[in-house]
Amino acid sequence: MARAVTTRRKVITTGAAWAVGLLIFFPIYWTILTSFKTEAQAIANPPLFFSFDWTLENYGVVQERSDYMRFLWNSIFIAGGSTLLGIIIAVPAAWSMAFVPSKRTKDILLWMLSTKMLPAVGVLYPISLLFVKYNLLDTHGGLIVVLMLINLPIIVWMLYTYFREIPGEILEAARMDGAGLKEEILYVLTPMAIPGIASTVLLNVILAWNEAFWTLNLTAAKAAPLTAFIASYSSPEGLFYAKLSAASTMAIAPILILGWFSQKQLVRGLTFGAVK
Amino acid sequence: MGQITLQQVTKSFGDVDVIQPLDLTIEDGEFAVFVGPSGCGKSTLLRLIAGLEDITSGTIKIDGNDATDIPPAKRGLAMVFQSYALYPHMSVRKNIAFPMRMAKVPADEQERRIESAAKALNLTDYLDRRPGQLSGGQRQRVAIGRAIVREPSAFLFDEPLSNLDAALRVGMRMEISELHKKLETTMIYVTHDQVEAMTMADKIVVLRLGNIEQVGSPLELYQRPRNTFVAGFIGSPKMNQIQGAEADKHNAHTIGIRPEHIDLSETDGTWKGTVGVSEHLGSDTFFHVQCDFAAEPITVRATGERALSYGSDVYLTPRAEHLHRFDAQGLRIE
Repeated sequence: MARAVTTRRKVITTGAAWAVGLLIFFPIYWTILTSFKTEAQAIANPPLFFSFDWTLENYGVVQERSDYMRFLWNSIFIAGGSTLLGIIIAVPAAWSMAFVPSKRTKDILLWMLSTKMLPAVGVLYPISLLFVKYNLLDTHGGLIVVLMLINLPIIVWMLYTYFREIPGEILEAARMDGAGLKEEILYVLTPMAIPGIASTVLLNVILAWNEAFWTLNLTAAKAAPLTAFIASYSSPEGLFYAKLSAASTMAIAPILILGWFSQKQLVRGLTFGAVK
Repeated sequence: MGQITLQQVTKSFGDVDVIQPLDLTIEDGEFAVFVGPSGCGKSTLLRLIAGLEDITSGTIKIDGNDATDIPPAKRGLAMVFQSYALYPHMSVRKNIAFPMRMAKVPADEQERRIESAAKALNLTDYLDRRPGQLSGGQRQRVAIGRAIVREPSAFLFDEPLSNLDAALRVGMRMEISELHKKLETTMIYVTHDQVEAMTMADKIVVLRLGNIEQVGSPLELYQRPRNTFVAGFIGSPKMNQIQGAEADKHNAHTIGIRPEHIDLSETDGTWKGTVGVSEHLGSDTFFHVQCDFAAEPITVRATGERALSYGSDVYLTPRAEHLHRFDAQGLRIE
């Protein structure tokens, strides 16, 4: 498509893109900025942008008061575990939907996605009761299973779209070459789908990392991830915005860095295989 | 050993019958070609033999053993696909080794077979490349190499040359024929190109709409086509088929005469016509001659030097011994 792009048009679109980008980034920027202020400066009106006394005091206090490393470890364990478990279940599911579809495959996919439309709170009671009954409250295992289940439809969908891009003849060739189902998935399908699986993993780690509803409701101390770490600075502490910001910054830093280094994969993941 | 027998095999996709009840035997060591227009079911038939599709009813036997319910991996057949279907994430060496790896062939034996296949197929210098770095012809060779090292009881080829350019296709055709002579293994080859069928096959199976129209050697099909479909499909350019008064003279509904079995004269002959388009191929010239009694121009083969100007009158004489007669159903009359 040859289209004459005038300089003016370029300036306008670039400006708009920057504006949207800044708008989205502003809350994160403001959180990080606030974490370096004193509590008084944090609530100053008019707000202070740069002309304040930069301090690391909040980080020190947060570090003293709670065990950041334990929360961090819980987050890594829960986000990683739920994603890994989800991938193990979703690869065969997506394989069957992509390569041996039935008349109902599309319906099943839509139905799976429709579970994402249900507000989480709608199943809070039954899930909580199950957790109580099976002693899963405040355990890693329980949380990994729940987060895996809520993200499973997305994992299956994403893998399904990636697998569909793989020519079926290559899998048939593997079958002719003597590969059973296990070998076909392990040696042929999975290696070819690695880019797709990588972006799926990445997106799901982020989703699980930031998931707050279930992590807050089903954990107390032992298995509490960083979302609970942030939450512990909000309600009981009242107006300590600077410390809350410091806690938030520490909670999002690892995932922000991960996201920064894997932008390319993420974009591919978020466009759901639409960009080849 | 690789005798393949189909007994009353059918295949339906939903309400559509792709393969009508069909019996066929391919003998051990034979080069069989399935040929027919697109949609005739030839690829489906190959995939049924491979086990990539389940048959709807009937029996498939390989070497006398019922293979109907055996998965493709266990049938001992090797297949070369139209798209080559190489594993893009593996080197050529690993592609070729893959079936042996699946069969748990010892490493030194694998290495020996890879080396010998690579040598036979001129791939020795490319063993460490990925398929993406190879040309179409080389990829095709890798696909064949991957099939050879399995030492299968039969090879299945699904239009393997249709993605290659014309010059390469002729070369690969020879290579596959040579391979067959060397290995003496059963080969089943699917193509829509009747030239490939004629040049390579021991046995041609002509298919149309899921039915076998005729089975026979290339020359049998050429000399004694069982019906008007086979008559028109085998041979290039195709057989002239004439209906109406001229056919009635021979007590037939349709008569057929190949372009090379018509004598051409500027002075006298059986049929008078007007020269239309001429195709000069160098070795031969094909004239398309319009005669009053025929709906379509009659194609006539002449020597390469022969020239006739457009619109001039000519006389055609079909050689009686090469005239084919067909009844109203299109079946051959002896």
